[in-house]
Amino acid sequence: MFRTRPDARPATVEVLVEGDPVLVPEGASAAAAFLLAGHVAIRETPVTGAPRGPLCLMGVCFDCLAEIDGVANRQACMVTVAPGMRIARQHGARAARP
Amino acid sequence: MSARAFDAIVVGGGLVGAAIAHGLRGQGLDTALLDEGDIAFRASRGNFGLVWVQSKGLGAPWYQRWTRNSAAAWPDLAQDLTGRTGIELALQQPGGIALCLSEAEFEDRARRMEQMRAEAGNFGFDFRMIRAPELRDMLPGLGPSVVGGSFTPYDGHVSPLALLQSLHRAFTEAGGAYIPNAKVTGGTAAPNDFRVETAAGVFAAPRIVLAAGLGNAALAPVFGLNAPVRPQKGQVLVTERARTILPMPTTSIRQTGEGSIMLGESQEEAGFDLSQQPPVMAAIAQRAVRSFPWIAELNIVRAWSALRVMAPDGLPIYDQSDRFPGAFTANCHSGVTLAGAHARVLAPMIAAGALDPVLDPFSARRFDVQNAA
Repeated sequence: MFRTRPDARPATVEVLVEGDPVLVPEGASAAAAFLLAGHVAIRETPVTGAPRGPLCLMGVCFDCLAEIDGVANRQACMVTVAPGMRIARQHGARAARP
Repeated sequence: MSARAFDAIVVGGGLVGAAIAHGLRGQGLDTALLDEGDIAFRASRGNFGLVWVQSKGLGAPWYQRWTRNSAAAWPDLAQDLTGRTGIELALQQPGGIALCLSEAEFEDRARRMEQMRAEAGNFGFDFRMIRAPELRDMLPGLGPSVVGGSFTPYDGHVSPLALLQSLHRAFTEAGGAYIPNAKVTGGTAAPNDFRVETAAGVFAAPRIVLAAGLGNAALAPVFGLNAPVRPQKGQVLVTERARTILPMPTTSIRQTGEGSIMLGESQEEAGFDLSQQPPVMAAIAQRAVRSFPWIAELNIVRAWSALRVMAPDGLPIYDQSDRFPGAFTANCHSGVTLAGAHARVLAPMIAAGALDPVLDPFSARRFDVQNAA
């Protein structure tokens, strides 16, 4: 659904989106990497389980919550990619770990 | 301007006023519920959401009974409201715990609980002081700072916002007249004959109930009543939603029906100042993390402050005016816990025109100089 802009920097950073390797430009957000990997629904809401995708891409809407490097409920649009980063869907409410 | 006539006027559309108005409508009274508007302090929208019994009424067994009876009325109230409105209130009453983070706190708590039981007399007061090893089996991930806690089976929690919405909807769907943006600007009183001027028109009724929270202090004298209430600030922090992990609420930490964990229980005397204070917020968070270290991993997503409606002795005030019969006040800082009593017990008394003698100790006459010595 999404493509990089024609003037985009070269895709040089490899991250894992739902376990699959994806190359994205340096400085891209984890949300952009998720969209470039061909996915849309990055989370399911905690109460009704409705699917949600990254929307505002500027830290406001909290609809891009994802599990990034094992940490739940991170705003994927506010996280810059790093080599080897693991980006996974957030399924409903996170677990609290007693 | 001609007045709109009703059987009863309730001033204040928060939890106290809405519960009473709902109860009056249930008694068949044509009732107007006057709500100030979004400029109001609205304690009902900052509420923590406990239906809490165990620590209320120390030294005042009439308040202990009133609170416990209200909690006992809650299941029926919740079922009725959900049945009428379809709004789920997330009421749970599994009992509750007051956590103690030091031996001194534990001993002090045990002493208070014993006194509550002694003062309960034949009414009884079921509680247990539980040491940390057993408590760890009841509450997952309890921190090493916790030495124990008190448990009573009467406690619970509910969504206060869902309660407010369902009371309003049940009231209006039963034919009650909800009047928003109706701050009372003036009024006249005669026995069983009241008239109030508001930004939304003039209203008249033979009964009036002042349930305007902190606004009662200024309104009460107009109607021959006394409501010496002051603001007491409380601050609340809320975490992101997590899968259900806490099986019961504690005094200052509860997990909502939808998974958020609410942290609270600060008390500040700061007048009408609603500002949030980072040192207070930090203290709330620190105590929560000492209680349950795993809470530190959760993000805080919201925080707010609100003003409790406090009488000088911290107890509710209920009164009917001697000078102008038909004028009542209701004042409290436990609009959630007491919703059951307000809708099911107090409202029928008001409809019948007389407060039952069980409410005598709640009269503001207790603050008169001859009684306060």
